[in-house]
Amino acid sequence: MIRTALAAAVLSLASWSAAAESLTIVSSLPRTGSANAQTTSMINGIKMAIAEVGAKVTLGGVEHTIVYEDWDDASPERGAWDPAVEAANADKAIRNADVMAYIGTYNSGAAKIAMPKLNQAGLAMISPANTWPGLTKPGIGEANEPMVYRPAGNVSYFRVVPADDIQGAVGAQWAKELGASKVFVLHDRELYGQGIAKMFKLNAEKLGLTVVGFEGVDGKSGNFKSLINKIRSQKPELVYFGGTTETGAGQLAKDMAAGGLTAKLMGPDAFYNSALMTSAGDTALEGRVFITFGGVPPEQQTGKGKAFVEAYLTLYKTEPEGYAIYAYEATKVTIDAISRAGKKDRAAVLAALRATKDFDGALGKWSFDENGDTTLMVMSGNTVKAGQFSFVKLLGQ
Amino acid sequence: MSTWEIILQLLITGLANGLIIALIALGYTMVYGIVELINFAHGDVMMLGCFLALTIVGLLGGEVAAPWLAIGLMLLLVPPFCAALNWMIDRHVYRPLRNAPKLTVLVSAIGVSFVCVNLGMFWGGLPMEVFGGGAQAASAKSFPDLLGYHNLLGNDAVVQLTSKEVMVAVITVPLMILLTWFVSRTRLGTAMRAVAQNPTAAQLMGIDTNRVVGLTFIIGGALAGVASVVAALYTTSISFQMGYRNGLDAFTAAVLGGIGNLPGAVLGALCIGLARAVMEGWVPNGGQWSNTVVFGVLILVLVFRPTGILGSRVREKV
Repeated sequence: MIRTALAAAVLSLASWSAAAESLTIVSSLPRTGSANAQTTSMINGIKMAIAEVGAKVTLGGVEHTIVYEDWDDASPERGAWDPAVEAANADKAIRNADVMAYIGTYNSGAAKIAMPKLNQAGLAMISPANTWPGLTKPGIGEANEPMVYRPAGNVSYFRVVPADDIQGAVGAQWAKELGASKVFVLHDRELYGQGIAKMFKLNAEKLGLTVVGFEGVDGKSGNFKSLINKIRSQKPELVYFGGTTETGAGQLAKDMAAGGLTAKLMGPDAFYNSALMTSAGDTALEGRVFITFGGVPPEQQTGKGKAFVEAYLTLYKTEPEGYAIYAYEATKVTIDAISRAGKKDRAAVLAALRATKDFDGALGKWSFDENGDTTLMVMSGNTVKAGQFSFVKLLGQ
Repeated sequence: MSTWEIILQLLITGLANGLIIALIALGYTMVYGIVELINFAHGDVMMLGCFLALTIVGLLGGEVAAPWLAIGLMLLLVPPFCAALNWMIDRHVYRPLRNAPKLTVLVSAIGVSFVCVNLGMFWGGLPMEVFGGGAQAASAKSFPDLLGYHNLLGNDAVVQLTSKEVMVAVITVPLMILLTWFVSRTRLGTAMRAVAQNPTAAQLMGIDTNRVVGLTFIIGGALAGVASVVAALYTTSISFQMGYRNGLDAFTAAVLGGIGNLPGAVLGALCIGLARAVMEGWVPNGGQWSNTVVFGVLILVLVFRPTGILGSRVREKV
């Protein structure tokens, strides 16, 4: 009896002191399943960002402890993110008045579930990994995007990674650098591929390239031989394919080689997996294929980014995974916004995040635009050498 | 490119693709003519033939030094394999259901198709060098480009007629002539035509119908086997899902030409090949509409001429 009373007293004391001088940041990432290696590295990045400020932030003269909680949005049954768990996480964060920011998600699909809930509650969400353009940008994704994620009518979702459509813009710039003046643009008629192809076309025209064709193709058709003939008659130096290895990227490379078409082939990050080699073989790809990829490899980071990679190596004795630096950056900008807000108030934190300008972080100097997107466009450009992906240069700087 | 050059180019690619579809369509239409069964697994038998072909090339060591030897070996081994497979499917799945309602056989044909598709996926997942070490069971597999790129009209010529297109014609056309001769001139061919016209009467005349049906499946399978080697060499890429698309094209060709009619199937296939070539290679942004056109034409033909293009003029079904 006495012990219970004592425990209750201690508990109430703890919760009272927590309410007075601490605030909470939570992350919702898939910790169970195949993404675990990536998210473990991301959480290391989050912890580093919090440790750098001593897990403390001073608001209106009062020192607040930053409490961090690592939540899993995956379930063992699915081995990947689970809509039910993600929804429960969002609700849990909203109910806990101490939570000032929600870092996540890893998957764009999961973001679609958490975004409207958090927006309604006025809680800031910062994603280190979502790349689906429709989450923030009007006119690229589905017709009701992104307003369907903003029931409160304002922006409460931010991301520190460039969205997929940036690949179209960056790709057009690279195509020009590679010496192309005439380009032929193809897409697989799917949401992802068509969106990127449209952005490529738009930006290529802005840069003064001639777009000699813009066509949707049937990725399931046996071969593209007739199409190759049509492309050949237009004499483009580069063919851009907004598509994936599932919708005929490999077949296109093969038919270009088989049809004696010497134009280069460029594609987005959906080319960047080993299925490309399996389906096209090394010879059809060598020196022909160019791929834009959202992440920048750790060894290519400079300045504060390089410092992060080195600090990470000393601390965890292993190289950070691709998205760790984005998780680190997301946490840094969150802490910065909380301290600029000057009080433990969700609305103030949101306003501070929206006002983020020229943030000098590990990824460089960047701001959030009116949609909550990063102004950074840095991507890596890759090609294939001897059956392996090989880094060529940084793009969009 | 001048208009004539464009037309010539479309003819070359369209006919090459059409001839491959025709080989598969012949198997479809023969089986339908004899047992009135739409053998949905036919395209997948052809797909498994492609995997055998790639396996053979792989065992010979990938990029082969003597391509003609590899092609010869594939043409020697793959058609018997597909023929045996097709015969086995008939013997163990369709024959026990010969007197069952048509729908039962049709549904089991779809079932066989699923089994074949999954076999193809497992095959592609074998840890072999040619399958990319089996790392990506479901991804399309690169087929070595044994014939390379040689424009027979000269490397600078505007119109391309490559050794691949010639190979397609050289293998498929004689085979079709041979088949026509076989069906119209030999004893077994006559028996096939008899069974197609009236199975009961044929049986009363002393024809072993089960044997004739089995033979039809063997010939159809062998044709699919040849088609698989030709298709793999021509498109230089195979996938476990290719059977569905090829089967659908071939089925459409058979119906278009008049199902059960051999010249009709070839004619239908050439029409489809040419229609696709025109849509993809000439109509601006037409590639995405090629299926719409092909199936639109099919609907029109079925509405105004339900028996297909040649269906009513030729009386015999084989």
